Order: sequence, then C-alpha cells, then structure tokens
Amino acid sequence: MTSFLIRRLALSVVLLFIISIISFFIVTMTPGSPYPWGELNPKISAEVKANFRKKFHLDRPLHEQYTLMMKDLFTGDLRSIKDDRPVMGKIMERLPATLALNITAILISLSFGTLLGVYAARNAGRWQDMAGSFVAFLFIALPGFWVSYLVAIVLVKGFGVPILGTRSYGIVFPNGFAAGLDTLWHLLIPASILAIGGIASQSRYLRATMIGTLREDYIRTARAKGLAEETVLYKHALRNSIRPLVTGIGMLLPALISGSVIIESIFAYPGMGRLFYEAVLERDYPTIVALNFIGAALILLGNLLSDLLYAAVDPRVRLD
Amino acid sequence: MSTVPKLSSETPSARILRRFRADPIARIAVMIIILFALLAGGTALLSQFGHHWPFDPNLTNLEQKLLPPSPQHWLGTDNLGRDVLSRMLHGASISLTVGLIAVFVSLAIGMVVGALAGYFGGITDQVLMRSVDALLCFPTFFLMLTAVALLGPSLINIVVVIGLLSWTGTARLVRGEFLTLREAEYVKSARVLGQNAWTIITRHILPNAAAPILVTAVLGIPEAILSEAGLSFLGFGVQPPQATWGNIIADGKTYLLDAWWLILFPGLAILIASLSFFLAGDALREATESRG
Repeated sequence: MTSFLIRRLALSVVLLFIISIISFFIVTMTPGSPYPWGELNPKISAEVKANFRKKFHLDRPLHEQYTLMMKDLFTGDLRSIKDDRPVMGKIMERLPATLALNITAILISLSFGTLLGVYAARNAGRWQDMAGSFVAFLFIALPGFWVSYLVAIVLVKGFGVPILGTRSYGIVFPNGFAAGLDTLWHLLIPASILAIGGIASQSRYLRATMIGTLREDYIRTARAKGLAEETVLYKHALRNSIRPLVTGIGMLLPALISGSVIIESIFAYPGMGRLFYEAVLERDYPTIVALNFIGAALILLGNLLSDLLYAAVDPRVRLD
Repeated sequence: MSTVPKLSSETPSARILRRFRADPIARIAVMIIILFALLAGGTALLSQFGHHWPFDPNLTNLEQKLLPPSPQHWLGTDNLGRDVLSRMLHGASISLTVGLIAVFVSLAIGMVVGALAGYFGGITDQVLMRSVDALLCFPTFFLMLTAVALLGPSLINIVVVIGLLSWTGTARLVRGEFLTLREAEYVKSARVLGQNAWTIITRHILPNAAAPILVTAVLGIPEAILSEAGLSFLGFGVQPPQATWGNIIADGKTYLLDAWWLILFPGLAILIASLSFFLAGDALREATESRG
C-alpha cells in the first residue's frame, strides 16, 4: 500500500513535469505578443515595455523563464499578465464552483449510467439492448453547447426560468432553504448537460462487465434460491461488476474538465473552465500554464482516488 | 452419417463486408454519410465554377435578415440575411475534411508509436506508453484550445492539433495487437528467415491488425468533428466568413430567443453526421469481432 502510494506519487510528479513543459512551450513558442496593449502602440514608451518584460521575466532565456514560472507557481508569486493579481488566488476563487459542477456531473453520470447499463445487460441481445446502445451513441454524439442552447430556449423562452450564473438575481428569497434550492437548480442544469457523455460511456462499460457477471454460477444460485430479479441484479451482479463504475471516475475527469470550458462559458458559471477561456482570449500566459497544470493535477488526483476507492470496495484488489 | 462442415472459401474482408451489409443500422448510417459527402462535395464543386445552390453562402441581404424557415429559405436566414441552408452545405465540407484529415494524422502517429512499442517491447515500450499515459491525463480540450488560439485558427492548424492530441487510443490498440501477433507462427518463421523488422511489421503484422485499426479510424472521425464544432463554437475554428456548423451556432447565439433556426439546424447536422459515423464504426466493430 505504502509502496503503491510512493510509486504513484513519483509517477505523478514526472507526468506533471512533462505536462508543465509541454504547456509552457506551446504558450511561449507561438507567435503573438503577451502585452496587455498592442505591440506597436506608440503611446507606450520603450521603458514601460522593458519594465513589463523584466517583471514577467520575458527578458530571460526560455529555460530560465520556465524555471522562474514554476518557482513562482509553487511559491504563489505567479501573477496574471492582465490584471497583475496572483494566479493561484484567481484559480482558488474558481475552484469550488468547478469542483461542485464536476462532482455533481460524476454523480449523475454514475447513477444514470448504472441504470442504463443494467437495463441493457439484463436484456442483452434483445431490442431493449439495441435501443440502449443507440441511446448511448446518441448521447456521445450530442454537442454539449447545442444542448445547452436548446435547454436555454425551452426554459427561458418557454417557462421564463433563469438559468445563468450560480443564483437568480433580483429575487429576494423568503428563507435560506429557498435560496439553497435556487443555487441547486443553477448547479443541476449545467451539471446534467456536462454528464450526458459520461452517462453513455458508463453504461457501455457497465453493460460489458455485467453481461460477463450474469453468466457466473453464483448468479444462477441466487436465482435458483428464488430471490427477486431486482435483488439478483442490483445486489449480487452489480456489486461484482463495480469495476467500471469506480475506475470510470478517473476516466470521466479529463472529459469533464474539458467540457466545463464550454458549459461554464455558456452558463456564465464562475469556474475554472471559464477562467481558462478568458485567459486564452487575453493571452494571459501565466494563467494558461497554471490552469493546464492544476487541471492535470486534478485528473491525476481523481485517478489515484478512484484506484484507492476500487481497492476499498473490492477486497480482491490489492494495491502493491 | 456425419456431415463434414464445408470450409468457407470466403476471404476475411469479404466476410466482414457481408456481415456489415447485413446490419440495417449500418446501411442507414452509411447512406447518411454518403448523402452528406455528396452534398458537401457537390456544393464545393459548384462553387468552384461560380455557381451556388440554393444561394451564395456569403451573400448578405439586410432586408431579409433573421427570416424563419420558408419555401424560399428552407432553413431561414441569419442576422446578415445569409441563407442558412447554403452556409450549412459549405460547413459540411469543413466538418468532413477536418474529420478525415485529423483521423489520418492521428492514425499515422498512433500506428507508428503502437507498432514500435508492441514490436520491440522493453524500454521502448515503457517510454512510449508512459508518454501515452501523460497525454491521457491532459485536459485535452484545454491544450487544444491553447494551441489553436495561440497558433491562429486556420484549417490546417486545427486539423493538425486535433490529430496530434487524439492518437493515444490508436497507439494503445495497435500495441495490443502487436503484442499478440508478434508471437504468431508466421511472424516467428519470417524472423527465422531473416527478414528485417520493417518488413515483418509492414508485411506480416500490420495487414493482420487492419480490421481493429479501421474500426478506431471510423470511430475517430466523429470525435474530430465534435472537437472542431466545439472549437468553432468558441470562436477558434475555421474563421468567418467561411461557414462551419459550429460558427453558425456561435453567431446565432446572440439571437437565441428570436431565431431558434440558427441554433437547431446546424446542431442537428453535427448530431446526425457524428451519430452516423459512430453507428457505422460500431457496426464495423461487430462485423469484425463476432465469429461465424
């Protein structure tokens, strides 16, 4: 267990190092100027430009720029080129919203993915299974931004319900409970759209494992004992097919964090994805590199957690 | 009297094709794909000769802006009075081109990496597969957006960036196939005959791994189409005035509550095109996998 953790952490450090180098070089090697003003703006004196370059270490050779940026990232001194605020502060402001959105999306993917997967597996080979597979492909093929706008047209135009941001503005709620429900509503809409692809992939993986499990002897025994079909499916079979559900958490994360760029931008949700989109639009190099780094770190952490969880729920698994 | 089962003279590719054609979903999906390709190709060809059907996609007419679908403009007009159907037909060729070329790029990289890792094993395998792991834990869309935004969004940049970031699945698959096939009798005998690694890989192993590679290729096309649509939607796709399915939606979002046709139709095109490729790819997988 300890040696597993040490090896995983060492590997994560190596991966994060590679990731930081790739994102740093993509950002710095590409043409274009990082200045918050136009490159040829005559009102900016050479002295101001020189000071700016010095402040953000742009006057140093590339490898020094990289080490300085990484040092600043870890000491918390890394500042945004655009508004001169500490990058970590900006990210930490946005992190809770993104975590809430992604964790909700994972829960939705797992629960609906399980229902769809079990339904497909118990009807394997029949038309219900084919329909399940069609629905899964339909869900993967749905562009999230398009669904968001259709939902917006229906909810806003049809029902006049506000959906942007984290809460409704201009409404005074009678008590904390109503305000909480409002916040939950604003979380559930984007999280459900974000979860669409995950529902599909989870149901596919679970179906494949579950079809294997349903052929086992202990399932026949359970049925022979006269147990209700639901008990057999959800207690005996599902528990032994739990692998894709747990490892799935790790596999869902990269797609979710990527998806939140678009979904958060559409729903004006104050998370990391929108911060990233803003940083790309403004060519804010330190923020872009830091967000790629934190995003990858979150994915690695999610992978590690799902492996640990997997060992916790399945006693046959030993981490060593 | 026992009957001796008759040995089939059918070649493996003929068998795959026969099973694929027997699948009704596959037939519908392929027909839709062909329809999209013909429409895209026909539109592109016509505009080469200066003809446009039904309209010039970039012809603005402010007197006819934001018109709902009508017999004249089947799918309505946008905020500059441009015909949405014409723009979507031009967008179709962008989507299909991006899908095909990006998959070609990712196949090329994935096959080389997977073949090297699977055939040589050992340290080569370790180094290459750990790099694949590194790429897999990237928030890919972050990196795609970073690269396209900073390099400048042109068709070639988009295709190359999508291709460069989506070869990991192919590499893993090809490696797996190579690990199995390199132990096959005919590969061993080729090695004993003194053939070099290049010949063994290209002449003996790759042809036998062709079926699963073809399946990942087909399944990769809709992924690329969806990525391009996402980038286009964020304003980092192929640039206006060239129409793409993603940027018609992006332009239309300002008029979201008044002009639903600017959102609905291009999105349906993205959905139907990518769904058809997914279903065709899945049917192809089933045709190659099941025996009998």
